[in-house]
Amino acid sequence: MDNISVDHLLSIKSLKKADVNLIFKTALHFKEIINRPIKKVPTLRDITIANLFFENSTRTKISFELAQKRLGADVVSFSSSSSSLNKGESLIDTVNNILAMKVDMIILRHPNPGSPLLLSKNTDSCIINAGDGSHEHPTQALLDCFSLTESLGDLKNKNILIVGDILHSRVAISNIHALNLLGANIKVSCPFTLIPKEIESLNVSIETDIIKALKWSDAVNVLRVQKERMEKSYFPNNREYSMLFGLDTNKINNIKKDILILHPGPINRGIEITSDIVESKNSIILNQVENGVAVRMAVMYLLASKLNLSIN
Amino acid sequence: MPKKILLNSKKIEIILNRLVCELVENHKDFNNTVLIGLQPRGIFLANKILEIFKKDYPDINISSGILDFTFFRDDFRRSEKTLSASTTRINFSIENKNVVLIDDVLFTGRSIKAAMSSMDSYGRPKSIELLVLIDRRYKREIPIEANYCGSKIDTFKGDRVSVEWNDNINNNIIYIEN
Repeated sequence: MDNISVDHLLSIKSLKKADVNLIFKTALHFKEIINRPIKKVPTLRDITIANLFFENSTRTKISFELAQKRLGADVVSFSSSSSSLNKGESLIDTVNNILAMKVDMIILRHPNPGSPLLLSKNTDSCIINAGDGSHEHPTQALLDCFSLTESLGDLKNKNILIVGDILHSRVAISNIHALNLLGANIKVSCPFTLIPKEIESLNVSIETDIIKALKWSDAVNVLRVQKERMEKSYFPNNREYSMLFGLDTNKINNIKKDILILHPGPINRGIEITSDIVESKNSIILNQVENGVAVRMAVMYLLASKLNLSIN
Repeated sequence: MPKKILLNSKKIEIILNRLVCELVENHKDFNNTVLIGLQPRGIFLANKILEIFKKDYPDINISSGILDFTFFRDDFRRSEKTLSASTTRINFSIENKNVVLIDDVLFTGRSIKAAMSSMDSYGRPKSIELLVLIDRRYKREIPIEANYCGSKIDTFKGDRVSVEWNDNINNNIIYIEN
């Protein structure tokens, strides 16, 4: 088998299509493993992984931890609130101290875009980006596309709609890069105020009429409105956003076709999506969560296989 | 590289029939026995054995599966290329079952060790046996031996033994390359 072409997973933009296909192929095997009666393999038993989460996270952190434990790795986790960062230590110093304790791989979530790149250049460890500000969230995009591929097959020329806060969403940007690699057609739908400048240069079209956009799509990925990243008001209120862009039964019935529903979580029920749509037969939201573990196992396996082994 | 025929199709056919007879002798009605072909090459041998069972012993129902043990191998991070996995399909528990592992060539024994570790994911078997078509004797690196063996051969370290399976039983050949 060919190796993955990168030494770190910093962004989807840094991957080739062959890398994405390799990750998907490997994830399929890990999905079978996590559905066995005993869901664990010893492959990474000699690898130590540190999960450094400088931002809140529930599902990504648990998903990475589970993936690491299923692979047999040793895991240490910390969050910024309990670290020496509060005492004035820099990110690179914190990480170098952790690496001095013989850590092989770092999973980093950080509010500053580019932090994983900075670490990869200044430390001697494999870095996986678990979300850096509004830049990228590569493993989320990989698991979204893996879930889409499971249901739709080859994504070439499939119509994928992204609805929500595109401006502040690293998930949207990573998804757009991944979907472009896989040859999908991409459309975004949200208030104009939440569309980044020059998004069309990423091969993305814009449709502010949600019904038209839904009718066009084979699948829709619904994103959360990221109030915590908003420094000003981008739309009048949640009620108006929900009426115009929230996915509900009326809109889904109106389009008279079956489309897949995805959501990376956390879900704000009643704002960007209603409970009945979350739990509808076309929702693959829980598949995404299960696939997240398998895809992260694949990413860590492929990157770990490139780490030097020093037994001699 | 010179390629020498070790076993031709006629000899392979005789061996396969003998191996099936030995299995029937030991496992009778296969009520509590399962056959597991090891990826990537053992599954072809397992399929041939199942075909013979279907033809010669149609009353015996055998549970069978295929097992990939890539993630249990002991040479991870020891080669330039990433170890590539294959499909596993075991749709039953092996708890308290007699398991017969099937592989084409027994060489160092390390694959079998990995396969046995990998099987733990599906339960604790009552017993594990190993069936191989070719045993490259004196080449073992760990103490593992086959219970059912098609043919034992002596090889040099750099030799390569390959089994070519075809749909037509007359075209099955085992080669040795120096």
